[in-house]
Amino acid sequence: MSAKTDVKKVLKGDFTYKSLPMAAMIINPPTSLEYKTGVWRIKKPVIDQSKCIKCLLCWVYCPDMSVIRKEDDSVEIDYEYCKGCGICVNACPVKAISMEEEV
Amino acid sequence: MSEPYLRTVKDITIEERFAQGHRMCAGCGAAIAVKLALKALRGPTVIVNPTGCLEVSTTCYPYSAWRLPYIHVAFENSAAVASGVVEAIRILNKKRGKKLHDVIVIAGDGGTFDIGLQALSGALERGHNMLYICYDNEAYMNTGIQRSGATPLGAATTTSPAGKVIPGKQERKKDLIAIAVAHRIPYAATASIAHPVDYINKVRKALEIEGPKVIHVLTPCVPGWRYPPSESVRLARLAVETRYFPIYEVENGKLRITIRVDKPKPLEEFLRPQRRFAHLLRPENAHILEALKKNVEENWQRLIKLEESGVTL
Amino acid sequence: MAQVERLAFMGDEAVAYAVKQSNVDVIAAYPITPQTIIVERLSEYVANGELDAAFIQAESEHSALSICVGASLAGARVYTSTCSQGLALMHEIVYATSSMRAPMVMTIVNRSLNAPLNIHCEHGDIMAERDSGWIILFAANVQEAYDLTFIAFKLGEDPSVLLPVSVNMDAFVLSHSIEPITPISDEDAAKFLPPRKYEFEVDADKPITYGTMALPDVYMEFKMQLKEAVESSAKIFEKVVSEYAKLSGRRYWYYQSYMIDDADAIVMALGSTYGTLKTAAKKLRNEGLKIGVLALTMYRPFPEKQLAEILRNTKALVVMDRAYSYGGIGGPLYTDILGTLYRNDIKIPVKNVVYGLGGRDFKLDEAEAVLRMALDGAEAGRFDVNVSWWGVKG
Repeated sequence: MSAKTDVKKVLKGDFTYKSLPMAAMIINPPTSLEYKTGVWRIKKPVIDQSKCIKCLLCWVYCPDMSVIRKEDDSVEIDYEYCKGCGICVNACPVKAISMEEEV
Repeated sequence: MSEPYLRTVKDITIEERFAQGHRMCAGCGAAIAVKLALKALRGPTVIVNPTGCLEVSTTCYPYSAWRLPYIHVAFENSAAVASGVVEAIRILNKKRGKKLHDVIVIAGDGGTFDIGLQALSGALERGHNMLYICYDNEAYMNTGIQRSGATPLGAATTTSPAGKVIPGKQERKKDLIAIAVAHRIPYAATASIAHPVDYINKVRKALEIEGPKVIHVLTPCVPGWRYPPSESVRLARLAVETRYFPIYEVENGKLRITIRVDKPKPLEEFLRPQRRFAHLLRPENAHILEALKKNVEENWQRLIKLEESGVTL
Repeated sequence: MAQVERLAFMGDEAVAYAVKQSNVDVIAAYPITPQTIIVERLSEYVANGELDAAFIQAESEHSALSICVGASLAGARVYTSTCSQGLALMHEIVYATSSMRAPMVMTIVNRSLNAPLNIHCEHGDIMAERDSGWIILFAANVQEAYDLTFIAFKLGEDPSVLLPVSVNMDAFVLSHSIEPITPISDEDAAKFLPPRKYEFEVDADKPITYGTMALPDVYMEFKMQLKEAVESSAKIFEKVVSEYAKLSGRRYWYYQSYMIDDADAIVMALGSTYGTLKTAAKKLRNEGLKIGVLALTMYRPFPEKQLAEILRNTKALVVMDRAYSYGGIGGPLYTDILGTLYRNDIKIPVKNVVYGLGGRDFKLDEAEAVLRMALDGAEAGRFDVNVSWWGVKG
């Protein structure tokens, strides 16, 4: 029984019952990182950094941990995982974030 | 009173124990609740989670969004599974020096209010040192929005539809904190994802208390409550501001409201954006709306009186 | 082998004593007659400091087993016990326990399932869990119930097995009968069962996600793992019983038998009925009749190969079932045996005797009658009736 859950191999069907970890355990989480939920978006949030007051509310409320908080409390969107829900847009007290069409 | 864990949003740790790539809906209130709860951890922690939205969306093999030990067994037994983990770790710590871990159950209203109530009751009565967080989206969302004991009066679900003869759920929502407090546990509280500092502080406070603790957090659901994904936090805030979901804690039987709502917004402001309540705003269902408003106001007054009287619950 | 003095115990008490000597870490159970003495004794041991374990009386059997799963994944040596309604209530989690590969030992004090309500001996309760992937052992007397408990812990916790094990013991007949047993010493028990080591123990330093959801593209492989684990546990069973034999002088195997080598007919059963059959068989052998009797110690994994070897040479077989599959072709053991015989080209007449349901006594003279009937079948080369319900009025 292998120790690692190899996501790519599982997706390709490249496994046997012997190569999979026992009892559907995932031994090396978080493997969810391999699934880029950014593909779900139809619109994307864009931050106007000049308006941002670093209140961090967008960072607090993002359900997908896709607002990244930097050292100096500025924020940026992680477009790999952002689902485009728009909660950050609503949360921003100075309307520094707007939704744009995903091209 | 000791210093709270957090004073402002900026004090929240940057560390994420809940990983990106999970498959909760865009805008999911429960995802926010989990992320915020995991900001309060104080050491090694185990999560126990029953079947539900959170479980299927975060642990679909081979994907897991959990950066800490996580156990799922079945739907109605999360409190029991957690009891076993707690006692095993405690005895193994004593016998063989195994590191102590905090044990947190994160369960939906589905796995708590109805089918999971027995296991919760047993665990609370036995006094295990665990925290039980119920994320409440007010219906069995994972199986397609069926009514639960947490569905409020009047709400439309797929098994309490807004029909011509029976317009939505005819029964009131159970009071989970009252049930928890009836077990005489040291701490129980409600919380809101729209009040993150209060919520995270409560989780941390609970973890630092020995014994069984319950936190009940309202988590708006995009497909279940039927509103655009960007509104989850705003709805959670309106739930508090209309007194629909009061935010309070009961510590050793003493009740304290932690988010005061002296000038409540009209309940319609909370109901109107949700299509699950659309039928309630029609004139023929005015009596149900009135009943719901009456329940909300009575509940608030009850909490005020309990707080004022200082009675030990 | 340390010197020990013999003890007189009820079945329940003997099991509790074995669990104590096994140095379990967590016990979670819910009382149900006639298992109650087990949990009561265990709670006394813990309360008096004789056993360092967490004793949890759950609020239902379903929760009891759930507690056990959590505890087992956390690395504890876990024990529980139940029967009948309690086992049925646990059913959902019985499957989860084996499928999550959470080792533990459960003593099942086999009792009938209602309705009608009946608290007496029957095997229907464990038969409903046959397919679950648990290792299933049967004790024929109190000594065996005691010994098999140690064997079960060692077998289930073996890193190449990692399965829950049930030790089955007849309600009242064994659970509440006082029999003399030869125990093993505490030192020998501790040597046989050192503290549990579990590679996948819950540990924040090595986080694991347990109990994931597997879609159709991958689910079946995990069940294949379970199938192999259950089947290959037989090899480990052989090692474990061999080690136990060195310790205790008592040798366990997939089955036990009396005079089957040259038997014209064999009667087989599970549990305490073996003792009755053996006593009756001794009498018939004294008359010069070539009868043999057989009892399975291991029921799952089913010892097909071993049984085929020993049944090949007899002329007729009576399979006794203390349970039934309503609407099926016979009792559960009978159906397993029919399949075994067919697959191994053994063409002998087989009869199913369904007996003792709801604890109806199966006495010595009745055992004698069954043995004679088996010999009649051997002589005639057939049985007129495939399945007969023994002693039913009407």
